[in-house]
Amino acid sequence: MTKRIAKHFLRILLSLLVGGLLAATLVRFAPGFEVDERELDTRLNQQSIVAIRSERVAEPGLAQFYLHYLSRLLHGDLGVSRSSNRPAADLIRERLTVTVREIGIGLVAAWFLALLMAVPAAMRRDTPFDLLFALVTGGLVSIPAGVLAVLFFLFSWPASLAIALVLVPKVFAYARNLLARGYAMPHVLTARSKGLGETRVFFWHVVPTTAPQLLALAGVSVSIAIGAAVPIEALCDQPGIGQLAWHAALARDLVLLVNLTLIVTLVTVVANSASDLLGAAMQRGNA
Amino acid sequence: MTTARKIALSLLLVICGASVAANLLAPVPYAEQFRDLPGSPPSTKHWLGTDNLGRDRFSRVLYGSRVSLLLAPTAALISTLLAACIGGAAGFLGGRIQRLAMWTTDLFLSLPWLFLLLAVRALLPLNISPQLSAVVTFSLLGVLGWAASARIICANSSSLRNSDFVLQARASGLKTPRVLAVHVLPNLAPVLLAQFWISIPAFILAEANLGMLGLGVAEPLPSWGSLLRELQSYSALSFHLWQLVPLLLLISVVTCLQILLSNKELTA
Repeated sequence: MTKRIAKHFLRILLSLLVGGLLAATLVRFAPGFEVDERELDTRLNQQSIVAIRSERVAEPGLAQFYLHYLSRLLHGDLGVSRSSNRPAADLIRERLTVTVREIGIGLVAAWFLALLMAVPAAMRRDTPFDLLFALVTGGLVSIPAGVLAVLFFLFSWPASLAIALVLVPKVFAYARNLLARGYAMPHVLTARSKGLGETRVFFWHVVPTTAPQLLALAGVSVSIAIGAAVPIEALCDQPGIGQLAWHAALARDLVLLVNLTLIVTLVTVVANSASDLLGAAMQRGNA
Repeated sequence: MTTARKIALSLLLVICGASVAANLLAPVPYAEQFRDLPGSPPSTKHWLGTDNLGRDRFSRVLYGSRVSLLLAPTAALISTLLAACIGGAAGFLGGRIQRLAMWTTDLFLSLPWLFLLLAVRALLPLNISPQLSAVVTFSLLGVLGWAASARIICANSSSLRNSDFVLQARASGLKTPRVLAVHVLPNLAPVLLAQFWISIPAFILAEANLGMLGLGVAEPLPSWGSLLRELQSYSALSFHLWQLVPLLLLISVVTCLQILLSNKELTA
């Protein structure tokens, strides 16, 4: 187990280093990196525009920037955001709580709704209920997250529920299939044919066999939730990490983008590793 | 073919046909402004009314559908080809190459796709033409959307590597490129086709999200994403159903594609 944890830790560390470098490379070599929107401001004179351009020229190259960034990161310094002229750590700290709360509520609500539909659908396949749930989730998956965000903003509904609605169809589809496979296993069929109650069959026989895969799905759903948070926070005017990423992308703020990429990578890789380790521990327990 | 699939296919064909024939069906060019009629309701001249800049909404919906429906499959083709090259080669070669390719795939998958897309799309120059912005947006979708497909293709390619007929082909002295071309690729074709079809609705939705964030196809060229931006000025108090036509069209197309994809050969 210790070896497995160490392996996961190394994987997380390596993913973070490469993910950060990848983000920095993409941003630094993007064709529009040298362009600054402030140059389009007609109120600025030629001298100001030259000053803005010289600011860009003075910025270090990719390798220098990334090495310098990593050395500062070890001392807890995330650098200064170019667009807002504030420490990136402060900006992220202020907004992280909003996003964590929204994604947390969204994940809980999504899993509750998805399981509420997936369990009866898996228990009684090809029934009107199964068809109804498939239609509802099929309809939800066809609506862009941005449209859901606008609707929730118009009706002043919580943005976290919009995140939940983006997640529900995806979680439902996988959870239903996993549970249906669990219900089709020979020992579950035997238990049901022997007259064991549905609740007992579900908790004693179906859940233990499907738990590792459901945990893996939980890890993946964190990544989907973060992806959904970007348009939802931006369009619902929620001051979270998603909105900050949107602003950073529009302002070509390299420091902020690299930091946000590292945080997002860290969260998703840790969530996936945790679900993987828990799933493995559960499988060993079952064996 | 079930009735639901027949209806879905017919609806999809009608929408695709109308968008391809946009030049013939649109009453006016998509960028033409009727400055005395901004935000007007439907009339005999403007079937779906006009937008806030006085442009005919029906024409814009037709041309916008063409952009989204032609470029989303192109993006799907790019991502499937990339996934086939990376996943197929990694699975077939195995060993360290497979481990490295799958680690790279995991890294791409660990970054939320939309986040990455948003960052890269925003870094493009500000002065690109609308047509180029459409091509670039959908190309980015294709270039960044290969990872999930690559994982599936790699698993299939890996199982083919150890199959009897591939081993026999190798034993009889066939060179690797020929084994790949004659034995592996034709057997991967159903998986590649499934991944191609699965990617199309995903890319349509991704472009819609980017368009709503102002990072999709540049004005005045319409796409479903840019047409949906109009919803941001939509008010719950002024309920205009005709403004929802692009959204209904997008939902219909994505739903039709999903119904068609529910075919077991494709989802396998």
